[in-house]
Amino acid sequence: MTLIAHTFLRRTGLLAPAVALAFAGMAAPALADRDPAYAAARASGQVGEKTDGYLGVIGGGADVRALADKINIQRRANYTQRAASQNATVEEYAFTQGCMLILRTAPGEKYQAPDGSWQTRGGGAPQRDGRCP
Amino acid sequence: MKCLRLTVPAAAATSLGMKWAGQVGSIVVLLAGSAAVAGCISVNAPDKPIVIELNINIKQEVVYRLADDVKQNIDANPDIF
Repeated sequence: MTLIAHTFLRRTGLLAPAVALAFAGMAAPALADRDPAYAAARASGQVGEKTDGYLGVIGGGADVRALADKINIQRRANYTQRAASQNATVEEYAFTQGCMLILRTAPGEKYQAPDGSWQTRGGGAPQRDGRCP
Repeated sequence: MKCLRLTVPAAAATSLGMKWAGQVGSIVVLLAGSAAVAGCISVNAPDKPIVIELNINIKQEVVYRLADDVKQNIDANPDIF
Protein backbone atom coordinates (compact mmCIF):
# COMPACT_ATOMS: atom_id res chain seq x y z
CA MET A 1 0.00 0.00 0.00
CA THR A 2 2.66 2.46 1.07
CA LEU A 3 4.90 1.46 -1.82
CA ILE A 4 2.11 1.96 -4.34
CA ALA A 5 1.25 5.28 -2.75
CA HIS A 6 4.85 6.43 -2.94
CA THR A 7 5.22 5.35 -6.57
CA PHE A 8 1.98 7.10 -7.40
CA LEU A 9 3.07 10.26 -5.66
CA ARG A 10 6.46 10.25 -7.35
CA ARG A 11 5.01 9.68 -10.82
CA THR A 12 2.27 12.25 -10.60
CA GLY A 13 4.28 14.69 -8.57
CA LEU A 14 1.25 15.28 -6.37
CA LEU A 15 2.61 15.92 -2.92
CA ALA A 16 -0.22 18.08 -1.62
CA PRO A 17 -1.13 17.36 2.01
CA ALA A 18 -4.71 16.63 0.94
CA VAL A 19 -3.58 13.70 -1.21
CA ALA A 20 -1.38 12.35 1.57
CA LEU A 21 -4.29 12.56 3.98
CA ALA A 22 -6.57 10.71 1.56
CA PHE A 23 -4.09 7.82 1.39
CA ALA A 24 -3.63 7.84 5.15
CA GLY A 25 -7.39 7.54 5.53
CA MET A 26 -7.46 4.54 3.21
CA ALA A 27 -4.65 2.82 5.08
CA ALA A 28 -6.19 3.31 8.54
CA PRO A 29 -8.74 0.43 8.52
CA ALA A 30 -5.95 -2.05 7.76
CA LEU A 31 -4.36 -1.29 11.14
CA ALA A 32 -7.44 -2.63 12.95
CA ASP A 33 -7.18 -5.99 11.17
CA ARG A 34 -4.81 -8.85 11.84
CA ASP A 35 -1.17 -8.23 12.57
CA PRO A 36 0.86 -9.30 9.46
CA ALA A 37 2.88 -11.80 11.51
CA TYR A 38 -0.36 -13.32 12.86
CA ALA A 39 -1.90 -13.45 9.38
CA ALA A 40 1.24 -15.17 8.07
CA ALA A 41 1.28 -17.71 10.94
CA ARG A 42 -2.37 -18.58 10.24
CA ALA A 43 -1.85 -18.91 6.49
CA SER A 44 1.21 -21.16 6.91
CA GLY A 45 -0.56 -23.41 9.44
CA GLN A 46 1.79 -22.60 12.33
CA VAL A 47 -1.18 -21.61 14.46
CA GLY A 48 -4.73 -22.96 14.36
CA GLU A 49 -8.11 -22.49 16.00
CA LYS A 50 -8.73 -24.83 18.93
CA THR A 51 -12.15 -26.08 20.01
CA ASP A 52 -11.90 -24.12 23.28
CA GLY A 53 -11.81 -20.73 21.54
CA TYR A 54 -8.07 -20.13 21.78
CA LEU A 55 -5.18 -20.38 19.35
CA GLY A 56 -3.01 -23.49 19.32
CA VAL A 57 0.60 -23.61 18.18
CA ILE A 58 1.38 -26.35 15.66
CA GLY A 59 4.76 -25.26 14.31
CA GLY A 60 7.25 -22.43 14.20
CA GLY A 61 9.57 -21.15 16.86
CA ALA A 62 9.41 -19.14 20.06
CA ASP A 63 8.23 -16.07 18.17
CA VAL A 64 5.10 -17.89 16.96
CA ARG A 65 4.39 -19.13 20.49
CA ALA A 66 4.82 -15.62 21.88
CA LEU A 67 2.43 -14.30 19.24
CA ALA A 68 -0.20 -16.93 20.07
CA ASP A 69 0.20 -16.31 23.82
CA LYS A 70 -0.30 -12.59 23.33
CA ILE A 71 -3.48 -13.05 21.30
CA ASN A 72 -4.81 -15.71 23.68
CA ILE A 73 -4.38 -13.33 26.62
CA GLN A 74 -6.32 -10.70 24.69
CA ARG A 75 -8.97 -13.26 23.81
CA ARG A 76 -9.35 -14.37 27.41
CA ALA A 77 -9.86 -10.77 28.56
CA ASN A 78 -12.42 -10.29 25.80
CA TYR A 79 -14.27 -13.55 26.63
CA THR A 80 -14.32 -12.67 30.33
CA GLN A 81 -15.93 -9.31 29.60
CA ARG A 82 -18.42 -10.64 27.05
CA ALA A 83 -19.38 -13.67 29.16
CA ALA A 84 -20.23 -11.42 32.10
CA SER A 85 -22.55 -9.30 29.96
CA GLN A 86 -24.25 -12.45 28.62
CA ASN A 87 -24.57 -14.20 32.01
CA ALA A 88 -22.43 -17.07 30.82
CA THR A 89 -19.20 -18.60 32.08
CA VAL A 90 -15.91 -17.74 30.37
CA GLU A 91 -15.60 -21.38 29.24
CA GLU A 92 -19.07 -21.38 27.71
CA TYR A 93 -18.45 -18.15 25.87
CA ALA A 94 -14.98 -19.23 24.71
CA PHE A 95 -16.31 -22.58 23.47
CA THR A 96 -19.09 -20.89 21.47
CA GLN A 97 -16.57 -18.44 20.04
CA GLY A 98 -14.39 -21.42 19.08
CA CYS A 99 -17.32 -22.97 17.17
CA MET A 100 -17.67 -19.77 15.17
CA LEU A 101 -13.93 -19.26 14.65
CA ILE A 102 -13.52 -22.82 13.33
CA LEU A 103 -16.46 -22.26 10.97
CA ARG A 104 -14.83 -19.08 9.69
CA THR A 105 -11.37 -20.53 9.05
CA ALA A 106 -10.26 -20.04 5.44
CA PRO A 107 -9.24 -23.02 3.27
CA GLY A 108 -5.67 -24.01 4.11
CA GLU A 109 -5.85 -22.80 7.71
CA LYS A 110 -5.61 -25.23 10.63
CA TYR A 111 -8.35 -26.06 13.13
CA GLN A 112 -8.85 -28.64 15.87
CA ALA A 113 -11.42 -31.38 15.32
CA PRO A 114 -13.62 -32.59 18.24
CA ASP A 115 -11.25 -35.55 18.77
CA GLY A 116 -8.36 -33.12 19.36
CA SER A 117 -6.54 -33.72 16.08
CA TRP A 118 -5.37 -30.88 13.86
CA GLN A 119 -7.11 -30.61 10.53
CA THR A 120 -6.52 -28.40 7.51
CA ARG A 121 -9.63 -26.59 6.39
CA GLY A 122 -10.74 -27.71 2.99
CA GLY A 123 -13.47 -26.46 0.75
CA GLY A 124 -16.29 -28.11 2.71
CA ALA A 125 -17.61 -27.63 6.24
CA PRO A 126 -15.13 -28.19 9.11
CA GLN A 127 -15.51 -30.99 11.65
CA ARG A 128 -17.14 -29.41 14.70
CA ASP A 129 -18.54 -30.37 18.07
CA GLY A 130 -22.15 -31.55 18.03
CA ARG A 131 -23.15 -28.65 20.29
CA CYS A 132 -21.96 -25.98 17.87
CA PRO A 133 -24.75 -23.87 16.38
CA MET B 1 8.97 -58.36 41.63
CA LYS B 2 9.39 -59.41 45.27
CA CYS B 3 6.84 -61.91 46.66
CA LEU B 4 6.10 -62.84 50.24
CA ARG B 5 7.26 -66.33 51.13
CA LEU B 6 4.90 -67.64 53.80
CA THR B 7 6.13 -71.26 54.11
CA VAL B 8 9.42 -73.05 54.03
CA PRO B 9 8.93 -75.63 51.25
CA ALA B 10 11.18 -78.36 52.63
CA ALA B 11 10.21 -78.44 56.35
CA ALA B 12 6.75 -80.09 56.13
CA ALA B 13 7.78 -82.84 53.71
CA THR B 14 10.76 -84.09 55.70
CA SER B 15 8.92 -84.56 59.01
CA LEU B 16 6.38 -87.02 57.52
CA GLY B 17 6.82 -90.52 56.18
CA MET B 18 7.73 -91.25 52.60
CA LYS B 19 4.13 -92.40 51.85
CA TRP B 20 2.71 -88.91 52.18
CA ALA B 21 5.76 -86.99 51.18
CA GLY B 22 4.69 -86.46 47.54
CA GLN B 23 1.18 -85.27 48.41
CA VAL B 24 2.30 -83.01 51.24
CA GLY B 25 4.95 -81.60 48.94
CA SER B 26 2.37 -80.79 46.27
CA ILE B 27 0.06 -79.17 48.86
CA VAL B 28 2.95 -77.01 50.04
CA VAL B 29 3.67 -76.01 46.45
CA LEU B 30 -0.03 -75.21 45.95
CA LEU B 31 -0.14 -73.10 49.12
CA ALA B 32 3.00 -71.26 48.11
CA GLY B 33 1.48 -70.64 44.71
CA SER B 34 -1.76 -69.20 46.09
CA ALA B 35 0.21 -67.07 48.55
CA ALA B 36 2.20 -65.68 45.63
CA VAL B 37 -0.99 -64.78 43.75
CA ALA B 38 -2.55 -63.10 46.81
CA GLY B 39 0.60 -61.26 47.87
CA CYS B 40 1.60 -59.68 44.54
CA ILE B 41 -0.35 -56.87 43.02
CA SER B 42 0.52 -55.97 39.46
CA VAL B 43 -0.37 -52.52 38.20
CA ASN B 44 -0.31 -51.84 34.48
CA ALA B 45 -0.13 -48.26 33.19
CA PRO B 46 -2.70 -47.46 30.45
CA ASP B 47 -1.14 -47.21 26.99
CA LYS B 48 -3.34 -44.23 26.03
CA PRO B 49 -3.10 -40.80 27.69
CA ILE B 50 -5.85 -39.93 30.14
CA VAL B 51 -8.00 -37.18 28.64
CA ILE B 52 -10.19 -35.11 30.90
CA GLU B 53 -13.08 -33.61 28.98
CA LEU B 54 -13.42 -30.08 30.37
CA ASN B 55 -16.20 -29.03 28.02
CA ILE B 56 -18.59 -31.75 29.17
CA ASN B 57 -20.64 -29.32 31.25
CA ILE B 58 -21.28 -26.84 28.45
CA LYS B 59 -24.91 -27.16 27.45
CA GLN B 60 -26.07 -26.81 23.87
CA GLU B 61 -28.80 -24.33 24.83
CA VAL B 62 -26.18 -21.95 26.25
CA VAL B 63 -24.10 -22.27 23.07
CA TYR B 64 -27.15 -21.40 20.95
CA ARG B 65 -28.00 -18.43 23.15
CA LEU B 66 -24.46 -17.03 22.72
CA ALA B 67 -24.25 -17.68 18.97
CA ASP B 68 -25.28 -14.17 17.87
CA ASP B 69 -23.03 -12.41 20.34
CA VAL B 70 -19.90 -14.29 19.28
CA LYS B 71 -20.52 -13.31 15.64
CA GLN B 72 -20.72 -9.64 16.64
CA ASN B 73 -17.60 -10.10 18.73
CA ILE B 74 -15.54 -11.18 15.70
CA ASP B 75 -16.65 -8.11 13.76
CA ALA B 76 -15.93 -5.83 16.72
CA ASN B 77 -12.43 -7.24 17.38
CA PRO B 78 -10.92 -8.34 14.05
CA ASP B 79 -7.36 -8.00 15.39
CA ILE B 80 -7.58 -10.84 17.92
CA PHE B 81 -9.54 -13.33 15.78
